[in-house]
Amino acid sequence: MKKTIQFTFNNKPTELEVEDNQTLLWVIRTALNMTGTKFGCGFGHCGSCTVLVDNEPTRSCLTMADYVEGKNVVTIEGLAMNGQLHPVQKAFVDHDALQCGFCTPGMIVNAVGLLYRNPEPTRQEIIEGMHENLCRCGSYGRILDAIEAAAKEMKGGRGL
Amino acid sequence: MKADEITKLYFRNVDKPISVDRRDFLKKLGGGIIIIFALGDMEILNACKPKIEKDGEDFNAYLRIKEDGRIDCYTGKIEMGQGVITSLAQVLAEELDVSMDQIDMVMGDTELCPYDAGTWGSMTTRFFDPLLRAAAAEARMVLIELAAKELGVKKDQLQTSEGKVFVADDPQKEVGYATLTEGKKIVRKLSGEVKPKDPSEFKLIGTPVHSIDLEAKVRGEAKYSGDIRLPGMKYARIKRPPAHGSKLVKMDGSALNEVEGAQLFQEEDFIFVLHEDPEKAGQALAKVKAEWEVPESKANDQTIFEYIKQNATDSEVFEEGGSLETGREQAEVLVEQEYYDGYKAHATIETHTATAEFKEGKLTMWASSQTPFGTRQEISETLNLPLENVHLKQIFLGGGFGGKIYNQQAVEAARIAILSKQPVQLIWTRSEEFMYDMFRPAAVMKAVSGVDSNGKMTLWEFDVYCAGSRGCNLFYEIPNHRSRTFDKADLHPFGTGAWRAPGNNTTTFARESQIDITAHQAGIDPVEFRLNNMKEPRMKRTLELAAKTFGWEPGVTPSGRGLGVALGFDAGVYVAIIAQVKVDKSTGKVQPVRIVCAQDMGQVVNPHGATEQAEGGVTMGLGYALSEDIEFDWGKVNTTNFDTYEITRFAVTPKIESVFIDDMTAKPEGGGEPSIICVGGAIANAVFDACGARVLQMPITPERVLAAMST
Repeated sequence: MKKTIQFTFNNKPTELEVEDNQTLLWVIRTALNMTGTKFGCGFGHCGSCTVLVDNEPTRSCLTMADYVEGKNVVTIEGLAMNGQLHPVQKAFVDHDALQCGFCTPGMIVNAVGLLYRNPEPTRQEIIEGMHENLCRCGSYGRILDAIEAAAKEMKGGRGL
Repeated sequence: MKADEITKLYFRNVDKPISVDRRDFLKKLGGGIIIIFALGDMEILNACKPKIEKDGEDFNAYLRIKEDGRIDCYTGKIEMGQGVITSLAQVLAEELDVSMDQIDMVMGDTELCPYDAGTWGSMTTRFFDPLLRAAAAEARMVLIELAAKELGVKKDQLQTSEGKVFVADDPQKEVGYATLTEGKKIVRKLSGEVKPKDPSEFKLIGTPVHSIDLEAKVRGEAKYSGDIRLPGMKYARIKRPPAHGSKLVKMDGSALNEVEGAQLFQEEDFIFVLHEDPEKAGQALAKVKAEWEVPESKANDQTIFEYIKQNATDSEVFEEGGSLETGREQAEVLVEQEYYDGYKAHATIETHTATAEFKEGKLTMWASSQTPFGTRQEISETLNLPLENVHLKQIFLGGGFGGKIYNQQAVEAARIAILSKQPVQLIWTRSEEFMYDMFRPAAVMKAVSGVDSNGKMTLWEFDVYCAGSRGCNLFYEIPNHRSRTFDKADLHPFGTGAWRAPGNNTTTFARESQIDITAHQAGIDPVEFRLNNMKEPRMKRTLELAAKTFGWEPGVTPSGRGLGVALGFDAGVYVAIIAQVKVDKSTGKVQPVRIVCAQDMGQVVNPHGATEQAEGGVTMGLGYALSEDIEFDWGKVNTTNFDTYEITRFAVTPKIESVFIDDMTAKPEGGGEPSIICVGGAIANAVFDACGARVLQMPITPERVLAAMST
């Protein structure tokens, strides 16, 4: 069944016709034509499809599109402000915290959500908060370093 | 080069460059200074011969100093996260004395770039780098010759810096590269006559440089094959059988009309649906009912090892010396053991994907492929298209590790685009990815080793079933030895192939476990035992570097400290890993605590990139060592997603320290694969040292640790 939903998408009010069995991931990748959010597994196991819904890291492949009615959705493309990288994005660059880059949008978005909830996490809390995001190239150590550095840079701020 | 040819090489020898195809590019090129070169030219560089006696149009790559002074490098190599887009630019910038942002890398486009055999076998840095440096040095010489005329001075008075040629004694007299190349077209074939910079002059090579593609990737702007959007593009889904080797009995597509806008196509066993919405395509596929005849099971993940031993009957001796009888007689202690390893998936986070458009007889494609030219050839042959009518475009890959040498998805997408006459995108689901992956094969190793009363090894017998001989030549000094491979064509129930130094992981696990058991039985510290029996000096110094970095203190296993060492050789590189683990003796769970990885890879071009590759290799290696295993019943692959295929996660990853033998005058060797080969062996030995459990089968799961502890 088709219905029209209204929500904020990357800081812009958006109106979209969706069907009740459409997932947020594919609405973002097709109707909204933002391809930074990746399909990796389709079952929420890998985290490469992670977006923020009201600042909460959310698996867009498991989320129905109509769930975001009235909510605020941010994807990797919505993090930079006026062209300036978000502190977490910048920390990923500074720490070269990626190789192939395919898991990177999900990693960064998940980390932004993690720091929103807990602006001064311990390393162990970062590990636990990132545990469900998978990287096959093996950049885990650098990603942890980057998130720690971003948290320091943001000085307890939420960066959003 | 096609995938099946690469697979043959992959398990044996990846130490020779692959050349050359002939293509006429020169007419198409614009102006500037162009130096062309072929991977086969390597021999000429090595032999220091002054001239190349070849047809001038055989080449694999070229660089061009354009009329605006910027530099292009065209190569059929691809970037999949391993960082050659950065390290090749670094090499070019070094030799041409320009900043890295002056360089544009054009990679893997089958129309813009000359032929290349593919990006695999850790070959880019080993075989491409020296040639690129030599070619850049020649381009620089051409610039100096032009500048000598322009400035009216002799060549030897000139130097280069920051994109300019200047007079050494009078730096005010200078001319930019753009001025020199404007309006000219100078094409040269690499002659080998101009010597590249001496390592002592390096400003960029050997310094850590971050990847040049970082910003696009953190912004989510880097394009992968599935990010291409074409007007009118449809998403394709293919009806898959339940198991490999199945035959279609019947198909019923009558319920398709329940999904509006879906289209169904069939050509023999090849059934697919198209829809403009990717999820609707999936729903439509579920409406298509198919019945298949599934072949009878001959083995599963439990029984595969017996099956392999019985059926891998084609044997070959690949190394032998001395007399096995003498070796046995001289042995004070004899160790006889069998080792096992299951199938491993590549499990890249990007599944195999391709976007294809067929227009006026010409196919244009974006495919996640490590071998764009091989894929082009395969598509051309399978679908009867002239080679020049198939064009693969440059695109980022979401990981490769050998798995994207195989491009079934690209052939499928091409076939769908041609049959349906519509632009299409095919993204394999995760379960398709597990089903059609070309796994690292399951394998069995039988080892017999002997050691005398002085701690010297007297005997080495090594029979390798299905893991090949790559990396198996002995670097230990063992006078009496024989190593054999056993294999058989079409033995496995599904596809197997290249996988980040595939069989070398498996055989290194077996060999280094066996050496450890032998050292333990002889009552000697495992590092000391290896050094005492070492033939190869580069392996020795690599182990010494690892031991020093780790702070190794001798002890006899099992010491309770949880320390394990393993050595190996791959793609020209000597590797030593020392691992420390904690084992929970009540659950059998292994937690890596620290890993030191030492490598002798000759000249380290980009220490930062090489370090990242080492970290990546070690991290990926922990997966196959501890948790990755494919479950199957013959052709039916039961592993379908990451919930049951456990790759390394944040919490499993320990502190990883990567160190290199400093040898800037040596030739560079491979960086992508070698670090991974020692992980299984080092972890197995560390587990034994921690708790006395000798696990002989990978992955080293908690159940296997508990079982080994109780024996």
